[in-house]
Amino acid sequence: MDNLCTGLCTLLLDGGFDAGLAQFLSLLVGVLLVSGVPLITVILLIWVERKVAARIQDRIGPNRVGPIGLLQTLADMIKLLSKEDITPTSADRLLYNAAPLVSFASVVLIWAVIPFTPFHYGVDLEIGALYFVAIASFGTLAIMVAGWASNNKYALLGAFRVVALLVSYEVPLVFALLAPVMLAGSMSLLDIVNAQSGMWFVILSPLAFVIFYVSSQAETGRAPFDLIEAESELVAGFNIEYSGMKFGMFFAAEFLHVFTNGILMAILFFGGWMGPLYYESPLIAFAWLGAKGGLIYLTTLWLRNTVPRLRIDQIMAFNWKCLVPLSIANIVAVSLALKVLQELDLAPRQLIGAGIGEMLPTTVVMLLINGAIGLYLLGILRRRGQEARREFQAASQAYAAAPAD
Amino acid sequence: MNVLHEWAFIGVFAILAPVFPALPIVIARLFRPRKPNALKSSTYECGVETIGDTWVQFRVQYYIYGLIFLVFDVEMVFLFPWAAAYNEMSLFGFVAGFLFIFLLTDALFYAWKKNALDWK
Repeated sequence: MDNLCTGLCTLLLDGGFDAGLAQFLSLLVGVLLVSGVPLITVILLIWVERKVAARIQDRIGPNRVGPIGLLQTLADMIKLLSKEDITPTSADRLLYNAAPLVSFASVVLIWAVIPFTPFHYGVDLEIGALYFVAIASFGTLAIMVAGWASNNKYALLGAFRVVALLVSYEVPLVFALLAPVMLAGSMSLLDIVNAQSGMWFVILSPLAFVIFYVSSQAETGRAPFDLIEAESELVAGFNIEYSGMKFGMFFAAEFLHVFTNGILMAILFFGGWMGPLYYESPLIAFAWLGAKGGLIYLTTLWLRNTVPRLRIDQIMAFNWKCLVPLSIANIVAVSLALKVLQELDLAPRQLIGAGIGEMLPTTVVMLLINGAIGLYLLGILRRRGQEARREFQAASQAYAAAPAD
Repeated sequence: MNVLHEWAFIGVFAILAPVFPALPIVIARLFRPRKPNALKSSTYECGVETIGDTWVQFRVQYYIYGLIFLVFDVEMVFLFPWAAAYNEMSLFGFVAGFLFIFLLTDALFYAWKKNALDWK
């Protein structure tokens, strides 16, 4: 979009516009173009989400409105628009109304730094990865504000639990993000994609990808980490008091967040737009990014619809006692291995533009190290699982043997 | 493309981003019914009147998680420039980064041993 913005700016300047106004107008067009992508996809996403969930649960899903139910979202929107909007008298009005806006805006804003193709992106910030972390945590803030401002005990309880969860899983998420940044030697998302010309980061650092995947599933509040909703215990959680379009905004934000995370993982670990013939046309590059992001998105839906919800103590223990130490170990291993390889001249000093041949020794070493850490972790987890199972069996036998009163 | 221009883009985006969700909410004003009554706008709690204040002190466990998160998140922000400068780093910078990560791990194990990570 950069080129387009500059082009438009010069065009407007030539047309006799004021310099400031021309710049502002061209920026506005750029922003509308970039934000158009998530805003249009979210309408489709709601349909995809419902259709996939239905198929996994052996249902057909929406199929009445439009061909194969494609217009279902439109019908939903009309329904939500005509619903009464109730603000509880005891709620904090300003914060209550601001929360859904912040929730949705925090997801849309991430798209400002997403490189769609080598030449089409909102901006290429030098601190793109950090920008993503900063903006994504606004979503947590929105949930906290929504729960607090509702002045409802269920909402507040839900918000507490969710914020504890989101805040905890942000630690391994950000740690996992360090691996691509370190490999690329840059925080710009454009550089990170370019550095994967030789080898995708998912192969160089599979553990970081797994950590990122799991914690982004938690960040979006999806099963098995869906304490956000916990329908059976908290009625609905933080959004219990919301109705109509405001309620809809929370859900639109959640659906979009899942897809955004899919696209981000494609960029950080799967080479973004890289793929056969991507240089031929921006459309092909864009299609590659969409296909990779879409596939990752579908696997998250699959996971969401197959696993049961975990208890909060299990979730917290898994994060702090498994994911965080694992992510620290991963960072130490990646940085040590890469440095040693660079000193031995087995790895290129600069991954941007490196060919696949130069990357071979690095790839083999990285895969071995990641595999070793992964296997070690699996061993620990298996042992802990067996212990827990034995304890449970002993307890249930004691229960069965006890005389009934 | 100068740096100022990049952040101007983010600025315009940040102003517009809340407008997108606000639009349908405002448009809905034209269609939706508006018949509030005292019972409808009371706090929704399974049909029973709510007892006591909602905004009370919350459990200290949340606070502990908040504190641990703060330690890790702030220190991680320091690790990002370290990771970005990784390729041009001297041995000193490299070792310093490791010491930093070691202290971080130490803090984690301290919290672990103190049972601060257990959900009680």
